[in-house]
Amino acid sequence: MNSRRRILEVMRTVLAIAIALGLALVAVFFVSKNPGEALSYFLIGPVNSVRHVGNVIELMIPLVFTGLSVAVMFSAKQFNLGSEGGFFIGAITASAIAIKLGLPPIFHPIVAIGAGGLAGMIFCGIPGILKVKWGSSELVSSLMFNYIALFFGLWLINYFLRDVNAGAMVSYSFSKSALLPKLFAGTRVSVGFIAAVAFVVLSVLLMFRTRWGYQIRVTGVNGNFARYSGIGTGRVVIYSQLIGGLLAGIGGSIETLGMYTRFSWQSLPGYGMDGVIVAILARNNPLYVPVAAFFLAYLRIGADLMSRYSDVPNELVALIQGVMIILIAASSFLSKYRHRLVYEEATRLEAIPGGGLK
Amino acid sequence: MPAELLRMEGITKVYPNGIVANKNAGFSVIKGEIHGLVGENGAGKSTLMKILFGLIQPEEGRILLEDKEIRIPSPSAAIAHGIGMVHQHFMLVPSLTVAENLVMGIEPRKGILLDRAKANREADELSRKYNLVVDPKMVVRDLSVGMKQKIEILKALFRGARILILDEPTAVLTPQETEELFGELKLLRDQGNTIIFISHKLGEIKELCDRVTVMRNGCHQGTFAVADVTEQQISRLMVGRDVILEVQKGAPAPEGTVLDVRDLTILNRFGKRAINGISFSVRRGEILGVAGVEGNGQRELVEAITGLGTWLAGKIRIGGRDIQGQSIKEIRELGVCHIPEDRMTYGCASALSVEMNLLSCEHDSKAYNGAIFTRTRAIRANSARLVSEYGIKCSSPAQEVGMLSGGNIQKVVVAREFSSEPSLIVADQPTRGIDVGATEFIRKRLVELRDAGAAVLLVSADLNEVMELSDSLIVFYGGEIRAYIPDVHGITDEELGLYMLGLKRQGDEETRRACHE
Repeated sequence: MNSRRRILEVMRTVLAIAIALGLALVAVFFVSKNPGEALSYFLIGPVNSVRHVGNVIELMIPLVFTGLSVAVMFSAKQFNLGSEGGFFIGAITASAIAIKLGLPPIFHPIVAIGAGGLAGMIFCGIPGILKVKWGSSELVSSLMFNYIALFFGLWLINYFLRDVNAGAMVSYSFSKSALLPKLFAGTRVSVGFIAAVAFVVLSVLLMFRTRWGYQIRVTGVNGNFARYSGIGTGRVVIYSQLIGGLLAGIGGSIETLGMYTRFSWQSLPGYGMDGVIVAILARNNPLYVPVAAFFLAYLRIGADLMSRYSDVPNELVALIQGVMIILIAASSFLSKYRHRLVYEEATRLEAIPGGGLK
Repeated sequence: MPAELLRMEGITKVYPNGIVANKNAGFSVIKGEIHGLVGENGAGKSTLMKILFGLIQPEEGRILLEDKEIRIPSPSAAIAHGIGMVHQHFMLVPSLTVAENLVMGIEPRKGILLDRAKANREADELSRKYNLVVDPKMVVRDLSVGMKQKIEILKALFRGARILILDEPTAVLTPQETEELFGELKLLRDQGNTIIFISHKLGEIKELCDRVTVMRNGCHQGTFAVADVTEQQISRLMVGRDVILEVQKGAPAPEGTVLDVRDLTILNRFGKRAINGISFSVRRGEILGVAGVEGNGQRELVEAITGLGTWLAGKIRIGGRDIQGQSIKEIRELGVCHIPEDRMTYGCASALSVEMNLLSCEHDSKAYNGAIFTRTRAIRANSARLVSEYGIKCSSPAQEVGMLSGGNIQKVVVAREFSSEPSLIVADQPTRGIDVGATEFIRKRLVELRDAGAAVLLVSADLNEVMELSDSLIVFYGGEIRAYIPDVHGITDEELGLYMLGLKRQGDEETRRACHE
């Protein structure tokens, strides 16, 4: 009976995606003079060349990290949106180390990524500590902290790391020794991909195979029960956000060292907020995060190709995402069907002698 | 027999969490009667009435009003059919006046403004007509609970209700207010209105109602003219058994204090003294019952002992250790286990599996953890063992706890708590709202654990339970121990009632014996 409801959950997600895509198709037919071509760019474009597949994977890597970050924090019912700032501050920290420190190849990126992760961890942890100590909403403070991350980071770049000889506002070039090697020829996919896979596995193990993950899940599902059971819920609230920040910071560092040779962001890149979409699609389960990240990356690249090669604007994808998220997040979507399943289960349970109510 | 005004038949309601609240239930009322609806907590009375008032929809069944089938998809539809409900928790706007509350949503207007004079006049007329006297210009915030209830009744009448549903209206009233309310309800009946009165106080049913319908486990157990049945007969139908459950237990052999409470004072959320300087102790191998009407400090005491709450003054020692400032985990490590009063809030995580729920208190013990990873096999073996040992009916230990029936959820809680080899068991309403089989099972286990040397503090609002299970008793009233009864066989129900109602109290000398010095 549990499996039937799990299938329903999957169905709900698939159906929400299908409806959203359906709407997108309708919109494309209205907007485009040549809808067939536009659609083929949108749907098949991302897989029609090695370079495009590479683009999808490249985009997927940061989304996996922020998705994991958000999933861990949301599992503890901590609505910390600091993955965005954590990602950014992680990238800044990794850049600083990549520029300023001279280390042998393999060690250099590891130190840079480690430092980036640490920075993200401290950054995301602060809203958690504020919440436990003074009861401030982590949602509000983490959102505000994202701006602190942005402007503090830009200040560091401008005053300490800026390459005045470069035409644009960018940092000095990273040391060659700090760059992540590419994984596949013809794409920009770096060894960060392997790291992403590894962190998915680690997150799954953390959440489902360790006592700390157990504490996070119990606290998220019922905080009162967690406290009653002797779990220090304050600690869980803080460390779930520390872990979330660590994942976001690592993601930012890997993105920077894997994709770029200088730090060049002038605003928040938005991967943290996309991480929320990924986590919601994955139902906060780290195991499903790569699937959700792949899906979102595919959607983005497809939209990008469509807007570049046809007359359909990129904004269409925002529309698809919006519809999708609303349908998936709406708990009453298909609730009638879900209730019927529950009803059938309950009545069947009664058929078992002594089961349920007599 | 006069014609039926309203009839509900074949009502089945399953809540989204899988709990079957009503099963093929039905009942009917005659015009101009006060009809009692009785049953234990969780018997399905409130669910049935919520269906009638359109707050929730049943899966099956139909409702007939004057022999015509009607559908009630919402409270406004119920009101249109002349059905009004007075909720247990008042739904009034505290900052508005009585008249404004009454006319809300159907206000008399003058242009676009509220016609305040007309509203006041209408409110005044209505309250006179039904002899429910309230001042229309008073602000609701300043009124007593009894007055607020009158406004709720008037609100329903103002909207044209002919059938009034009152959900446990006396729970919040003083005896005098109750008396007044009964007078008013009888008057309403004599004016041709029909009243459905939900209660589990049989005395009130006998006093007020014309007929009574008994519900148990979501089913209709029968409808009777109140004059024809005794309270005993009603209670038998309510609980489904003739006599209280006999618990087989030998004489207690208490030795050595486990829990020692001295001069304990606890403030509640509002800064009032919920517990006022009490002292008692519980010894190994005895069950100390705490009798008393709910809300006399029992909850605060339990929260203090288990570490969920704090206290103002006094000492609590468990196994000789002062638990001041100790975390819940440290208190549990002293061998304390706790069956909480509210199992859905504190006792389980309903969205997690049975297995995960059974694990919660021991989740970081050596038995279930390696250096980093949990020992899945040990956890699985433990849950399989507890599920079979405690007879928890679930499809597998991986099933969500929220899908189980109340009795089985309670078994999950009890299995987890009892399996930790406790030296002190704090059992707060251990069998509330669960079926007879599970009740019997849990009571038996409690006695077994007592015989194995555990100290048991049993808090229960069920007098039968306290009397049956306890070896000795303390009686709470107004946050104080009013009586200590060393041997429950030495006291009658009537005498206990006097202590519980605060009509009688022992001297300090006698209650001080609860400390076993």
